[in-house]
Amino acid sequence: MALASPHVTAAAVAAAEYPDLVHEYRVTGVPKTVVNERTEILGAVPEAEFVSQVVGAVG
Amino acid sequence: MNARTPADLEAALADLAAPVKLLFFTQTFGCDTCVSARAVVDRIASLSARITVEEFNLVLDKDAVRTFGIRRAPAIAVVGEADTGIRFYGVPEGHELISLVEAILLVASRDSGLSEESRARLAEVEAPIDIQVFVTPT
Repeated sequence: MALASPHVTAAAVAAAEYPDLVHEYRVTGVPKTVVNERTEILGAVPEAEFVSQVVGAVG
Repeated sequence: MNARTPADLEAALADLAAPVKLLFFTQTFGCDTCVSARAVVDRIASLSARITVEEFNLVLDKDAVRTFGIRRAPAIAVVGEADTGIRFYGVPEGHELISLVEAILLVASRDSGLSEESRARLAEVEAPIDIQVFVTPT
């Protein structure tokens, strides 16, 4: 998605190495995706749904 | 792509379509995993003459940290002809190592691999979107 849009940045965060972030974003399972600090997507979801939720976060 | 093994991905790096830079952000103090992460980056870079590594210090190289929006160390920014916005925080191990290699292949190919529908939806986005995916190696 970051490749498809100049407005998107995408980071993979190794949860075990950043306990402070895990606490801050209340990560209780992986994968957990946080969009713009607020929208949360839990688990691995199909591409279309994932894109829809991510784009919806700024809509 | 999910069926690929690490060995397949490493082989794929040998035929990289375009140059890719791995910008590695480290920290001198208080970073237990920076050395391990750098070792992984070097190993990946050794698999292709088209992968180069540049190292920055999270504390000292403020311009680079700001330009690439880096928040922690260790961090890796995957950069092609231009920045792609793809970042990896932590030591790339297991699934994350595979994800990093896949990201390098995607950046080199300049193709997101997304469906037409996904591309169309993303093309409409004009506001910044910051995605953080929390992962574990297994």
